[in-house]
Amino acid sequence: MTETSALSYTEEHEWLNIDGSSVTVGITDYAAEKLGDVVFVELPDVGDEVEAGTVVGEIESTKSVGELFAPVTGTITAINDAVVDDPSLVNSSPYGDGWMLTIEVPELPAGLLDADAYAKLVSE
Amino acid sequence: MPDQDQTTTHADAARHSPLHAVHESLGASFTDFAGWQMPVRYTSDLAEHKAVREAAGIFDISHMAEFTVTGASAGEFLDFALAGRLSAVAVGRAKYSLLLTESGGVIDDVIVYRLKNSEYLIISNAGNRDAVSAALSARTSRFDVSVSDVSDDYALIAVQGPQAEAILAGTREIRELSVPWDEQKYFAWAAARFGSSALLLARTGYTGEDGFELLVKTNEAAALWSAVSATGESLGLVPAGLAARDSLRLEAGMPLYGHELSRELKPAQAGLGRVVVAAKEAFVGKDAVEPDEGAHVLVGLVSDGRRAGRTGYPVLSGDSEVGAVTSGILSPTLGHPIALALVAPDVAETGTELDIEVRGKRIAATVTTLPFYSRKK
Repeated sequence: MTETSALSYTEEHEWLNIDGSSVTVGITDYAAEKLGDVVFVELPDVGDEVEAGTVVGEIESTKSVGELFAPVTGTITAINDAVVDDPSLVNSSPYGDGWMLTIEVPELPAGLLDADAYAKLVSE
Repeated sequence: MPDQDQTTTHADAARHSPLHAVHESLGASFTDFAGWQMPVRYTSDLAEHKAVREAAGIFDISHMAEFTVTGASAGEFLDFALAGRLSAVAVGRAKYSLLLTESGGVIDDVIVYRLKNSEYLIISNAGNRDAVSAALSARTSRFDVSVSDVSDDYALIAVQGPQAEAILAGTREIRELSVPWDEQKYFAWAAARFGSSALLLARTGYTGEDGFELLVKTNEAAALWSAVSATGESLGLVPAGLAARDSLRLEAGMPLYGHELSRELKPAQAGLGRVVVAAKEAFVGKDAVEPDEGAHVLVGLVSDGRRAGRTGYPVLSGDSEVGAVTSGILSPTLGHPIALALVAPDVAETGTELDIEVRGKRIAATVTTLPFYSRKK
């Protein structure tokens, strides 16, 4: 479990835990709650090159289908098989066991939100 | 009970149920449903769904519309205005029926309760309230009958699940029953009292489980919810939202207006041909009620895996598109995807192998008999 105040965020309700050039990505509790009970997660393959802003996965709940966007451009270095096997982790632990994937990035994009800016976004 | 998720034609601000404050205190998430702010879930869609299958759930369905039809020729009027033979329904019983257009399409699906010899109650979908009101009123001219929209006077609470009877029978504030609990039949109603008001207990529902729908004056709704909830807590009753209601009705193979029913669709296409009593002398839609040759028909589709077809997704047979999904979900009870779909009649036979195109991928689906789920009796 990571301190959510130390994470970066996107307007697509993803969180990023940046550790040097390695970025771990998940969806926020706000997004998880909006989706409802998550019942299916599809993630890309390790080694895939992904481009920021493109769809790289699907998060399906009982009521709706959400898309997972790559928040950064880079190479997938890890995916969370546990969340594929048990999608309810997205609801029970969105910042912990419900993480989605890790991307190795040459450089970080501009325009990421800090925790305060993200909190302001979802309160609007 | 039929339901609908179309947007309303009312342009004013969202309407609130008389139970809105109760839902807020329970921490509900809300959704816009036919112009109403209604609870979509309280805790978890899946937990609420499971509770209804295994114990019981309490739903606020006060957004639905109610009409009374009163007068010496109320039965004959309804035989003309609706697709069924409502004059043959005994006092104390209820019947599922359809309100058709002149051209045989469905304006709404409704449940009709015979309250007295010359009085009926109709419950319709929230989003079709104005359309139902207009159609019924327009059909009264030849009859000694009066139709009243009483939607604003009543709240409707559904208690559904195997423990529903035990919970309601144990709610002491519900008293003076006209029919004892163990004699209340499915698709029948009983009169009772709650607080200072009359209460109508109808053994109907929209979940595929045993259960009741409770019609009460709006000013008693919160007290009724609270009394039933207090009694039901130890028997596993949980508040359940519209998300669970939709997944439950889909497993039970029940149509939802705007998905499986519309003005463009004839009843037989939706598998509701039996609801139409074509032998009646005259009723609105009679001359046009038969579907055109080759018209699409509603089927159930089951798949493996976890990825579900959703509303609007194409259904394929080989390389040809043969229809579209009307409602689809990963079935919480069955553990595999289920869908209702309108498809060409030549691929509608049980066992036919089709594909659903799910966001660019194909998943295999087999035509199955409905319902997907039926409770053990």
